[in-house]
Formats: sequence, structure tokens, C-alpha cells
Amino acid sequence: MNKKATGFYESFDRKDGSRTTTYCAGCGHGIVQKLIAEAIADMELQDDTVFISPVGCAAFCYYYFDCGNVAAPHGRASAVATGISRSIPGKVVIAYQGDGDLGAIGFNNAFQAANRGDGFACFFINNSLYAMTGGQMAPTTVAGQKTTTTPYGRDVSRDGYPLRVCEVFAQLEAPTYIARVSVADTKRIMQAKKAVRRAIEIQRDGKGFAFVEVLSPCPTNWRMDSIESARYCTDVMEKTFPLGCYRDRSSEAEIIQPRKATTTLRDLLGSSTVVESVVDASFPTIGMKFSGFGGQGVLSLGLVIAEAAGRAGRFVSWFPSYGPEQRGGAASCSVVMSGQEIGSPTVDAPDILVAMNQPSLERFAPNVRSGGAVIYDPSIPVEFKPPTGVRMLPFPAIEVAKNAGVPKAVNTAFLGALSAHDLLPIDDDHLLSALADSFAAKPHLVEKNIEVFKAARQTVWEDKVEMGR
Amino acid sequence: MRKFIRGNEAVIIGALSAGCEAYYGYPITPASEIAHAAAEYFPVLGKEFLQAECETGAINMIYGAASTGKLVMTASSGPGISLMQEGLSYLAGSQLPAVIVNVMRTGPGLGNIGPEQADYNQAVKGGGHGNYRNIVLAPASVQEMCDLTIRAFELAFQYRNPAIVLADAVLGQMMESLHIPDKVMESPCTDSWAVRGDSCTRNNLITSIYLDPDRHEQHNQMLQDKYENMQKEASAMTYRIKDAEIILTGYGSSARIARSAVDALREEGIRAGLFRPITLSPFPIQQLNSAAMGRNVLVVEMSNGQYRNDILLHLERAKDTKVELINRMGGNLVRVDDVITAARNIVGVKA
Ligand code: SF4
Repeated sequence: MNKKATGFYESFDRKDGSRTTTYCAGCGHGIVQKLIAEAIADMELQDDTVFISPVGCAAFCYYYFDCGNVAAPHGRASAVATGISRSIPGKVVIAYQGDGDLGAIGFNNAFQAANRGDGFACFFINNSLYAMTGGQMAPTTVAGQKTTTTPYGRDVSRDGYPLRVCEVFAQLEAPTYIARVSVADTKRIMQAKKAVRRAIEIQRDGKGFAFVEVLSPCPTNWRMDSIESARYCTDVMEKTFPLGCYRDRSSEAEIIQPRKATTTLRDLLGSSTVVESVVDASFPTIGMKFSGFGGQGVLSLGLVIAEAAGRAGRFVSWFPSYGPEQRGGAASCSVVMSGQEIGSPTVDAPDILVAMNQPSLERFAPNVRSGGAVIYDPSIPVEFKPPTGVRMLPFPAIEVAKNAGVPKAVNTAFLGALSAHDLLPIDDDHLLSALADSFAAKPHLVEKNIEVFKAARQTVWEDKVEMGR
Repeated sequence: MRKFIRGNEAVIIGALSAGCEAYYGYPITPASEIAHAAAEYFPVLGKEFLQAECETGAINMIYGAASTGKLVMTASSGPGISLMQEGLSYLAGSQLPAVIVNVMRTGPGLGNIGPEQADYNQAVKGGGHGNYRNIVLAPASVQEMCDLTIRAFELAFQYRNPAIVLADAVLGQMMESLHIPDKVMESPCTDSWAVRGDSCTRNNLITSIYLDPDRHEQHNQMLQDKYENMQKEASAMTYRIKDAEIILTGYGSSARIARSAVDALREEGIRAGLFRPITLSPFPIQQLNSAAMGRNVLVVEMSNGQYRNDILLHLERAKDTKVELINRMGGNLVRVDDVITAARNIVGVKA
């Protein structure tokens, strides 16, 4: 029978209705949990607390703790605590983990939570092995210690050294409190009680991450009686894991403030740009392909046209090549516009191809549909026979952009040329407004690009007049 | 209000319209724009956004946040979704609602960042351990990336179950016109099960462990009954099927390709129609049978036939009914022309 501790349920109904725990005689778990439960009850925090059980001998903490309870996957109590504490700021969140759980499989989650200073108390029970699964080596197993997976003793040259979690966490900026205590004897239990309370006070006050490592006897797996195992804890473990307070910034730590809304979704999204698409059987489905090098503005050219089509009430889709173009490779995008709902957003056989470099001209031109058009810069040599029924339209986009004083606006020059060739069944008003809005982040470029657009159009018209068309 | 928007961003607009409170995720192409949008919108709207240390961390943060009864989500792709499978099993076992968006890329292994639909079995059959199922929704447009994210939250809370939005790289990366929902969904009442650190939920417990085999079997049976009950949420859409002699079927971006093929086939006089599932789990069994029973079927998908296998499983058919597959893998999209040719072959028309 356990001595009645406050903070626990009156009777353990989730277990069997008794008042006995699942822990072996002489086990440290029962002592630590009693300290935590009493602290929660004394501070009148039971209504405000969420307790996260680990996997292992302490998996059933929710049998005992009279507060909100969540059972976490193996190793993940810290990650679960991160999710909980950020959802209910101002509440007391407690993660309870063993040494395999926190020190091995879940180390990074605990470490990163510590590094973020997440708002929970983490109690780390170090009994130097995996207890529930049968006494295997844990990261905290001391040098030479025999376990079921180190039957000849832990060989530090092969199995690594005992992991000192407090010392590792003490390298981080964010944690508010880090301490290592023991529950091997009465004097140590009194010190542990103080550390437990400090960690929970820090949660009550919303002051960030608190970490308490507890050296805790496991008589069963150590194959010792209670007295021997308490002595082992003190005489052997403490040599590797010195007790003490490694950090206490609780007086100066800032209170974690919940996030506050400073705007609304409506404000973030701004006003409508495109209008509802209208079914128009007379408007054909047009597939367009824009291609070139990354950085030539291939994707944004397609996007301006797609946006303009959306403003004109057409059904339209835009689909980019993605990933490598950010690193300077080939870039292309497909735009489909239609008078009805669009099927495939990809364009296998374009009606219109804009090719800004030789590889893309050679790659996509052979697939252009009969009756379609290819527009490209005349600086690109055409070393293949274009498909029959396809118009090849060289247009000096590079030159036009350069002459207008904006050499980067080759894509805008192509936009003007497409419009002047009547290849875009969209009003220029929509094209120009979409073009202008595409430079929202760089307003000084709007006028210049409109000039390039107009110059490109002029070039095509003059050409047509010259050729008597 | 309408915007021309990328599919991945539409997911976040949907999530916010559903009242989503927190996003935990880890970057991966081609899903990262979902995290970018969440990072931009969530904090300034007073909601939580955190870039986790790994996908395992992210899904367990989701587990924690979902335990508090909040609407929470994550998004990932391929290897990232594989890492989350243990967490999905825990969410299902503990009956926690959460939305997971999978913008499918190619596999197995690292694969590549191109589009594929090879995580169908993982999502629909439940990719983690145990007798559980996910709710799985399959958007096929930017609008549905938004709308089905909202629907995923509704169903996740209605059934206290994880819901996956199973998109692919095409849908994530493409842009289309999006009608932005006018209002935000009301948040569901979760007092009976959530753990929020207040007196009202003090007695609640979130767990998936049952030591007693009989009690555990009961829990498993209850889950199966719940999945059975979910069947009424199955939904699908059809296009030009009334007089169809051949039914094309696919989900997600493959359905878009199939739709183009249907129109092209109709133009050449072949009476083709489209059956497109919107829910993959629950599978729209009755809808499939009323659309396709007695007709030949051509399945279009970007996988080795995982969805086709479910058509074979669920479609009642005569011995001579054809169910054929036209597929691509490795990041290649199925070409509309190849779908047309395959359909012609089935109905016995030479080009
Ligand atoms: S096996 Fe060890 S850790 Fe587990 S309950 Fe027994 S003594 Fe405690």
C-alpha cells in the first residue's frame, strides 16, 4: 500500500480500483511521481495540468495522476508536450520520460524542445537501462555495467559513453532550469522535491523549459535489493552523473506570451483579382508552353497571361516545372485557357510555344500542333525542320528589351509580341493590369515593362506593314 | 472573393477557413509551399506555426495539439509521410482528429520530386501498424485543394479520426482560380474527450493502450464499426457517363487527364465518360457500380495500378468486362494521347 499522496486519484480505477501502483518495491518511479503529484496538488494546479506518460514502466502514469492525461508514443513525450503546450499556453504541461525513451529514440525531440525553450517541465528518469523491455543497455548505462544487451559490461570503445543529458542541455541558450537529482535516500529525496517544485513553478509562471533528471533505482533489472540498489545509485551512478543544479534562470526568464492576431485573412489576401469563369462554347481550349532557362522570367510570363485570362473570366490553369529551375536549370510552364472547365493542366502538344533558348526550342517545337505557332528569338539558330502547318515567328525580344533600357524584360517583350500577333485572345487591358500587378513588389519596374510591352507590339506591327500583311 | 492561386497555398486557405489553429511541419518538395503559406498566415492570425525538427517530431506535435481538441494539420510528401506512419496509427488508435496533406512525389526511396500516385495503398489501406483506416480525400483542382481540406477537418472531427488529403505534385504546384470561402467553420465541441488543462476536461484521457485483450478487441471492433459507419460519406463525381460505352476513371490530376481524353474521344465519336472518386477512403463503391457496372473501364493513374486494384475489388462485373490500366511512373504524367489510344483499343476502334 502506498502512503496516500495528494495529487493522485483517490482510487486507481483505470487500473483495478486499488491504491497500489504497478511499480516494483524499491523502484524510484513511485517516489518521483509522488513528489510531482504532491507539488501539483499543493500549488492547486490539478485543474490546469496535462500530464504526458511515456512508454515503459511509467506508461500508466494516467492510472495515478488526477489531472488531464495523454499517453505518448515511445520517445515522443517531448514532441507531444511541444504540441500541447503551444495549444494551451498558460497551462502546466508535464512530460515524463525514461532514459531509453528520452536519451535514445526521442533524444532529438527533447533536445530540440529544450533548444526552443518550449513551455513544459520534462522529468527524465535515469535508471541506467531499459527497464520494462527487459534490462537492455540505455544511453545512460555506465561504463562496464552489465545489461541484457551488454552481458560482458558496457564497452565504451564500442557501445559509446554514458550520455549526460543535463550537461548536453546546459550547452543550450533556451532552457530555464536544468537539474540532476536522486531519489536514493531521504536527504536526496528532499533535494529532489525542491527541484520538482521549481520545475512546476516555472510552468505555473509560464517561464519556459524546465528539465529535471532523476537518478532512480531499478532493483528488478539491477538484480539487487532495495538497499543495495540505493547504494549503487549513490556510489556508482553519481560518479558518472553528478548531482546538482546546472541552470536556474527562473527569476529572470521571460514569460511566454501567447500569439496574438494582428490582422485578418481577408486583409492578408487583399481584394479579388480574377473573376468567376464563364462557360463560353465559342472560346476554344488553347494550350501554351513557355520555356527557357531559369531566371529568364519564363514562369512569370506564363503567370501574367494566366492571370490576365482569369481576369477576363476564362477558365485557366498554370503549371510550372519546379525544383531544378531555382538552381538555374531549364524552366518551363504550361498554360491552358478555355471557355469550359479545364481537363489536363499539362500541355503535351501546345498551340503556342514561346521558346527563349535553343534547348527548349528543340525540345518543344516538334510537338506543336498543326495550325499552331512558335515564337522565339532570332538569335537562336533553327537547326531542324519545323512541323508542317506550324508558323515559325522569330521575334527580336532580346534586342527590343535592351533598346527599351530593360534588358531583363525579355519575357515582357515576348508578351507584347504575342499580343501583336493576335495569339492571345485576351484584351490588352487585362494583360497590362496583370503585368503591372506582377511587379507589385517592385513598383519602379511597372512603367518600364509597359514601355517594353508597347515597343514589342510596335516592332511586330511595323514588321507586318513592311511585309505588306 | 477570387484569387489565382497555387494548389499548395489553397490548402492553407482551406485550413484557415476550417478554423485550423496550428500547423507543425517539416520542409519537403513538392509540399513546401504549404508550410510557406502557413508560416506567413498562421502567426499573424494568432495561430501556431512551428517548423519541427523532423517529420516524426511534427506528427507527434500534431498528436499533442490534437489532444487539446484544436484543429491541427501538417503536410508533407513521400519519405516525410512514411516517417509519419507510426503517428498516424497512434492518432487513429487514440481517436484523434487531424488533417495530413500528402502532396505525392515519386518513390520508392528518395525517388524524385516529380508527381506520382504511388502512396495510394499507404493512405487508403492505412500505412502504419494495426487495424485502422484513414479518411482519404482526393482533390483534383486548386478549388478542391481548399474545399477538401475543409471537408477533411469536418470528417476528422465528426469521426475523431485522422484525415488525409491525398494530392499530388501537379495539384500542389499548379495555379487556378480559387473562390475563397466566405466564412470560417464553427469550431466543434470537444469537451467530452479533449485534454485542455481545465476543470471541464480534467478526467479525460488520450491513449491507445489496452492491456486486456478482450477490452482491446472491443476497442478494435468499435473502430471497425466506426469505419463501416463512415461509408455513408463516400463521394464521387461523374462526367458524360449517361450513354457511355467506356468509363475512364482516375483520381487527382490523373482524373483531369482522363477528362481531357473523354472530350477528345467524344469528338471522334467514341462515347466515353469519366468516374472520379472524391473520397478514396471510404471508397465510393455504390457510386462506382452505378456509373460503371456493365461497361468497360480504363483506369488512368500514376502508379503501378494501386487504384486499379481497388476498382477490381469493388466493381461488380461480368467475365468479359474489361478493366484496363494506362499508367506512368517515376514522375511522368500520363499523356492524353496515350489514354485516347488505350480507350480506342478497348472499344475496338482503329485510329
Ligand atoms: S522494472 Fe525497474 S523501473 Fe520498472 S517498475 Fe520495476 S524497478 Fe521500477
